[in-house]
Amino acid sequence: MTAFRRPRGAVPRLPALTLLVMLGPVAAGLFGTLAPALGVMPAIGRVEPTLAPFGDLASWPGFGAAMRLSLVTGLAATAASLAVVVMVAACWQGTRAFRAMERLLSPLLSVPHAAAAFGIAFLIAPSGWIARLVSPWATGWERPPDILIVQDPNGLALIAGLVAKEVPFLMLMTIAALGQVEARRSMAVARGLGYARHTAWLKTVFPRVYAQIRLPVYVVLAYSMSVVDVAVILGPNTPPTLSVQIVRWMGDPDLAMRLRAAAGAVVQLGLVAAALAAWRGAEALVAMWGRHWIRKGGRGGGEGLLRAAALAAGGVSAAAVILGLAGLAAWSVAGFWAFPDALPDGFTLRNWMRHGPGLGAPATETAIIAAAATAIALVLTIGCLEAEHRFGLRLSSRGLWLLYLPLLIPQVAFLPGLQILMLSFGVTSGTMAVILGHVVFVLPYVFLSLGDPFRAWDTRYATVAHALGAGPDRVLWTLRLPMLLAPVLTAAAVGIAVSVGQYLPTLLIGGGRVQTLTTEAVALAAGGDRRAIGIYGLAQTAAALLPFAVALAVPRLVWRNKAALAHG
Amino acid sequence: MADARRDETGLVLDRLRIAIGGTELVAVDATVRPGEVLTVMGPSGSGKSTLLSVVTGTVDPAFTVAGGVRVNGRELTGLPPEARRVGLLFQDELLFPHMSVGSNLAFGLNRGVRGRAARRARVEEALAEVGLEGFADRDPATLSGGQKARVALMRVLLSEPDALLLDEPFSRLDPDRRDRVRRLVFDRARAHGLPVLLVTHDAADARAAGERIIRLESS
Repeated sequence: MTAFRRPRGAVPRLPALTLLVMLGPVAAGLFGTLAPALGVMPAIGRVEPTLAPFGDLASWPGFGAAMRLSLVTGLAATAASLAVVVMVAACWQGTRAFRAMERLLSPLLSVPHAAAAFGIAFLIAPSGWIARLVSPWATGWERPPDILIVQDPNGLALIAGLVAKEVPFLMLMTIAALGQVEARRSMAVARGLGYARHTAWLKTVFPRVYAQIRLPVYVVLAYSMSVVDVAVILGPNTPPTLSVQIVRWMGDPDLAMRLRAAAGAVVQLGLVAAALAAWRGAEALVAMWGRHWIRKGGRGGGEGLLRAAALAAGGVSAAAVILGLAGLAAWSVAGFWAFPDALPDGFTLRNWMRHGPGLGAPATETAIIAAAATAIALVLTIGCLEAEHRFGLRLSSRGLWLLYLPLLIPQVAFLPGLQILMLSFGVTSGTMAVILGHVVFVLPYVFLSLGDPFRAWDTRYATVAHALGAGPDRVLWTLRLPMLLAPVLTAAAVGIAVSVGQYLPTLLIGGGRVQTLTTEAVALAAGGDRRAIGIYGLAQTAAALLPFAVALAVPRLVWRNKAALAHG
Repeated sequence: MADARRDETGLVLDRLRIAIGGTELVAVDATVRPGEVLTVMGPSGSGKSTLLSVVTGTVDPAFTVAGGVRVNGRELTGLPPEARRVGLLFQDELLFPHMSVGSNLAFGLNRGVRGRAARRARVEEALAEVGLEGFADRDPATLSGGQKARVALMRVLLSEPDALLLDEPFSRLDPDRRDRVRRLVFDRARAHGLPVLLVTHDAADARAAGERIIRLESS
């Protein structure tokens, strides 16, 4: 129960500022993409609107295949990730194994996409760990077989890499949703009526959970269809996915290729929109079938086999990331390492001594960008939540869509436009511009991470403090934020991890001149120096993971004498 | 009229009417003199807590409020909660968990008490007043229910309010503690000359408060 204050000061303006900071670049970028796609780019003297860039794009021989790849890998990765998550949750929710998996999620989630993709490449490549472990005794391979596993033309490796990274994300969202739908009681009722565990879950819990995770699923679909860094590392080359090709055109010294890139970006946007619409249609069909299935009243059986399969699927997906990181670590300290030896002849620090000094500059740049973007996102997020608390300026359900918008519109659809706009206005790309670019993607995650704990804070503390004479600012700074130290730091860690993992915004807004651990790591993909890749992949992972360790440790340290908070 | 109010003491609920969606929930017209206790009883949903939130200034905007609330002649309507000088005790003590017992009291202690040593001394004195000498550095989470209730009471009194509101403040305590804490609260309030508005559904609370009782019907 709250009385809202009369809006005064800076806080009431923060929600509008937040929307501007988050959606302004998206809108500007979309405009900046649309204009050159229609042939208008004053920077190179084109002012006459024309559809020629689209004709040019269509005449590129790889066009059909690139579109098909984006569509198929995106849909397959999303469907597979969702299937793994649903199977695991349906068969294992409420068990000890499930809780053990929960603890793995946050670290898995924060591993940057590029590092995970490299790790998986190291596992499944013809000369990777899996081939080494079964050679030569099972395969007869004395040297790496000449087959295309990584970067296969069908994008299977790309799908695998995406699934391994999206399963933890969807699982975390699912667990958050489970808390809101009273899953336990529904399960107890359904199982009392004789339903098998997974049937009970699918029929009583899943429909409500899906309603909660629908937007995250859409984010996964939009992301998987248009991702660039993972596709550069694991995806096919000739042709690559449409988004990778767009980025190649954006990097072409011939500025006229920007027109084709912009046309491609518009097509990519349309493709994602069409896929989202198709997914929505499929939801309706599945729901119709599901209602029929529920009415039939089947109790389900064969639980054992399904549970084993679910555990295996979840386990493989987690193991792919973890073992991949182990592979990066092994290569980073490997001496001579012949095929098919499972381990190198010796371990050495020589690689680190050679590449270590070069890490310094990109690591510093990464830290500066991540810290600044996260600080801006945190201030805006806390400002919005506080405005909601004080003045009732609450995000409606439409507001939630706005929060997800920068995540639903493919990066490759508006970042090229932003770069072209900056080019047109002579804005120098640099660290500052990249920071603002990162805020667009960091903000939604920080908001989603902090929103629930901030709103769950018992506002009677504020009422009591007001009755003692404390004003709203004093309540915020001396009560609410200190008591919410753990979730605030967690949100900061999430923000830093998101920023560290950004590839495309850094590349395009930075105009190729801002070098972070991620851009440097992805740039190594073409060269194939595994020792360097191992080092950069690990450094990138450490940059994303360390803040989580800090976020766990600091509240325990600060509140070590306060029993009610030390373990929150 | 204004002159009359200048000499007015106590808490005045002046033809206070609270409604939601056109339905009247509460209608009170009462004066609580300093040291007096007015008990408001009623089942949950009868608007007891809403009445309190009108006085503290935290009422949900969905309610429409007519009439006025005055303390010692000072009109409260329109003032933000922190400017009302109306102390509040909930059924939960709501001690701030990240502060020591002493800091909780210092948070409440009126800003008029200046100087580190003076404030510290005032806090110690308040603790001694309720038999909690030496508790200043304790973590509130380590206190018993009765001890927490006493700290919460002293935190309110140190802020030197003009009136005291009690929202079922004893319902979480076990019966014999409840009795002692209740007596302590009423004694302290009387000693400070505070008008007290007590909201409860416990008949024993009402009896202990003696004096006047208003009953709200469930709506």
